[in-house]
Amino acid sequence: MIQLERVSKRYPNGREALTNVSFFVDRGELVFLTGRSGAGKSTLLKLIALLERPTRGTVTVNGRSTGALKARHIPAFRRHIGVVFQDHKLLADRPVFDNVALPLVVAGAPLKEIDKRVRAALDQVGLLGKERLLPMELSVGEQQRVGIARAIVGKPPLIVADEPTGNLDPDLALEVMRLFKRFSEVGVTVLVATHDLHIVREFGSREITLTSGQITGGAPDPLPSLVASR
Amino acid sequence: MALGTLTTRHTQALFGALGRLARAPLATALTLLVIGLALVLPAALGLLVRNAESATGGFGQAVDMSVYLKSGVSLARARELAIEARAEPGVAAVSVISAAAGLRQFRQYSGFGAALDALKSNPLPNVLRIVPQPRSSGAAALETLRRTFASWPEVGMVQLDAQWVLRFNAILAVVRRLVSIAAVLFGAGVLAVIGNTIRLEILNRRDEIEVTKLVGGSNAFVRRPFLYTGTLYGLGGALLAWLVLETAVLGLQSPVAHLASLYGSGFVLTGLAGRELAVLFGGGMALGWLGAWISARRHLRDIEPRA
Repeated sequence: MIQLERVSKRYPNGREALTNVSFFVDRGELVFLTGRSGAGKSTLLKLIALLERPTRGTVTVNGRSTGALKARHIPAFRRHIGVVFQDHKLLADRPVFDNVALPLVVAGAPLKEIDKRVRAALDQVGLLGKERLLPMELSVGEQQRVGIARAIVGKPPLIVADEPTGNLDPDLALEVMRLFKRFSEVGVTVLVATHDLHIVREFGSREITLTSGQITGGAPDPLPSLVASR
Repeated sequence: MALGTLTTRHTQALFGALGRLARAPLATALTLLVIGLALVLPAALGLLVRNAESATGGFGQAVDMSVYLKSGVSLARARELAIEARAEPGVAAVSVISAAAGLRQFRQYSGFGAALDALKSNPLPNVLRIVPQPRSSGAAALETLRRTFASWPEVGMVQLDAQWVLRFNAILAVVRRLVSIAAVLFGAGVLAVIGNTIRLEILNRRDEIEVTKLVGGSNAFVRRPFLYTGTLYGLGGALLAWLVLETAVLGLQSPVAHLASLYGSGFVLTGLAGRELAVLFGGGMALGWLGAWISARRHLRDIEPRA
């Protein structure tokens, strides 16, 4: 589902955020990406969601190499990835419903289906009944869950989440992670960047640790040689 | 993409654009006013030319030509020549003013009666008065007619009583050129106004555009509402220009009719109609769309999601 081969990313200001990173995530896997802030977690997620392009190496998502993707194919590519942002990136002047519906509207789904799926997504994150509220009228944790609902509403085969529990109390954080776990059980690949090691241990899923832009834990599994044969 | 989906998207974009314009009524009204006034000037000039043309078309009846026959040509020959003249293309009517009738009129209107009595014979020639057909009252057609008659051996002189109409037509040609120049200049102005308005709106909605692109909105999807906004601005501006012109025409109609009646014409000033309306509205909307497209193309490219 996700495959990185000797990926490095150097920003225009000269800072090297990732150095020679390789790993593979299989379909339906739930993988935690851990490390201190500044270790390169966000950069890695951006490379996968094609918000950035690698300086060296190749990133392959869902069988497509992001390096070869032309600009006009990027929107379609992004529709197959649900992204949860640390700062949720909600539209402040639109009600919850519109925020969650955006990926479906963009994809041109019929209105009836949009209505049905937005409600289903809100139900999954426990926000059914708050469709008409503005993001500002919600708590931070609720806003975070609106962001998650927006990421899952289009039923993407891959969800990447950047510190999705950063603003949640422990109970809610656990709740959100259980949600991700459920998605992975129905075949959705989930990659979660977090520094909440308690939660990671609790779930016992695979963990990839980054330190200063390099993988220092949860070594590439399976090995790159096996990856090639898949 | 399915047709239904495409229709849905366009409807969404249209109503989204309408909604945003309605939510900022003052800004929208000011922009529309600028666009409307920019469209009024070339449209008003065009209207002026068209009305002036139809007014002088009415004056075409007043254009005539006096063909003075040589003094030796008899009245009987003059009558034959009148029949031949009637057969010339572009001639609507021919009347013969005999030397005797000419003298009577001259005596009546000039006040030289006593002096004329002193003359032994009538010094006036027989005259053919030619009225050209309205469509042949243009400068070139009149000149052709004049030459035709001047080349007849019996004709001494041809006098055209229409110099002022010809000059007026020349003035109209100048104004018509001005219309084209004004249309280009003010059209460019409308493009700039709409382009700038769209640019500001794109900057205002930067976050929204960024998030839309994040969840997979294509450039076409992001651009669409702005194109509708631009087109709506053009449409609104054209509507405003039309209202302004209609009001002006309504206010001018009665004094212009009075002026025309003094010239013995039943001319009535008319507003934009048919094809002209189509040009105004089509032009306004096309300019709006184009201005928005240029602006969106330039500024949307700069907005890429940064997480």
